[in-house]
Amino acid sequence: MGAKVVTVTSGKGGVGKTTATANLGVALARMGKRVVVIDADIGLRNLDVVMGLENRIVYDLVDVIEGRCKLRQAMIKHKQFPELYLIPAAQTRDKTAVSPVDMIQLADKLRPEVDFILIDSPAGIERGFRNAVAPADEVLIVTNPEVSAVRDADRIIGLLEAAHKGPGRLILNRVKMEMIRKGEMLSADDVTDILAIKLIGIVPEDENVVPASNSGVPVTLNENSRAGQAFRNIARRLNGENVPFMQLDESGNFLRRLARLFGQT
Amino acid sequence: MAGLFDRMRGRASRSSAQEAKERLQFILFHDRIDLPPEQLEAMKREILEVISKYVSIEQDRVDIALQQRQRDSLIVAEIPFSKTSEADSELVAELREEPKIQLDDADE
Repeated sequence: MGAKVVTVTSGKGGVGKTTATANLGVALARMGKRVVVIDADIGLRNLDVVMGLENRIVYDLVDVIEGRCKLRQAMIKHKQFPELYLIPAAQTRDKTAVSPVDMIQLADKLRPEVDFILIDSPAGIERGFRNAVAPADEVLIVTNPEVSAVRDADRIIGLLEAAHKGPGRLILNRVKMEMIRKGEMLSADDVTDILAIKLIGIVPEDENVVPASNSGVPVTLNENSRAGQAFRNIARRLNGENVPFMQLDESGNFLRRLARLFGQT
Repeated sequence: MAGLFDRMRGRASRSSAQEAKERLQFILFHDRIDLPPEQLEAMKREILEVISKYVSIEQDRVDIALQQRQRDSLIVAEIPFSKTSEADSELVAELREEPKIQLDDADE
C-alpha cells in the first residue's frame, strides 16, 4: 500500500490551505519522511511559490497526466530536503484537464515510492475539489474562526461524509488568543462544538507566516514561530503520534477569566 | 456560559463570539437539512394539523425543537394530547360552569 494520501481542503478560499500543505510537507520531510506534495489547483498555481520552488518548474501535473513527461520529471526536488518533492499545478490549463480517476492513478503510482502524499485542493466544491479528494486516505479541513469559513467547512464535511471519505480532521488556522479572551472570536471549542469533528491542530496567528511565504521558506522551519510549532505538531499527529495540544488559550487563561469576572481587566 | 459571565458583570449584550456561534448553529442547521426556515415553519404547522385530525392536542404546550447530535440533525417534538377528547369537552365545560354559579362573588 505504501504512502498515506492526505488531502488538504477548506471550501472557502484564503484560509491557509496552501500554507498548511507546504508546512506539513516540510515538517514531515524534516522528520525523515519521504513526501510528495501535489498542487491540485490547476490554473492558479501557488504551492511552488510558498515552497520557494517556482524557478525549477519544467513539467507539471497536467503534463504527467497527458503523458508529455515521465512522473519523475515532474517531481521537483526540494532544496533542503532531498526526499521532499513537489508536483506543481499547470498554470495555463483549467480543472477539466484532470479527472478524479487520473488523480487516483497518479497517487497509486506514487504510493510505493514515498511515505506521504499531500494534495493541496483548490477552494470550492467543483471538479478541482473532487480531483483532490478522490485519492485521499484522509482529508484535513482548514478553517478560520469566522462564520463564513466555518460554514464552508461544514459543507465540505457534509460532502465528505456523503462520499464515505470520513469526516476528516480539522485544522483551525489564524487563531488570535487575545480576541478569544475578549469574546471577539470563536474559540477552538466553539468551532469543534459546531462542526462536531476532531481537531488535528490549532494554528495561532503569527507574524512570521507572511515573511516566510515572502521568502518561500515555510514557517515551520522557524524554530521560534508558534505557528511553525503548531504545524510540526500536526505533522507528528498525521504520523500517528499522540502529541498534546499547545497551551494557547481556553484552559490556560483561567486566572485571567477569573480576573475579568471581577472587573480587573 | 459566556452569557452568564456577561450578566454577572452587568453587561446585557452577548459577546460577538457568542453571536457568531448562535448564528452559525442556526445557519448550519438549515444548510444541513437543506430546508430554509420558512419552509421548516410550514412543515411544523402541517405536522400539527395532521395530528389534530386524529387527536386533540394542547396547542400552547407544543414544543418542537431543532437539535444537533454530533453531525445528525433532529427535529424533536413534544406534543401533549389534550386530557379530554373533543366529544367530552362540552360535558367538561358544563361541569366547569356549575361551581361558577356558586362562586359568583369569588374572584375566580
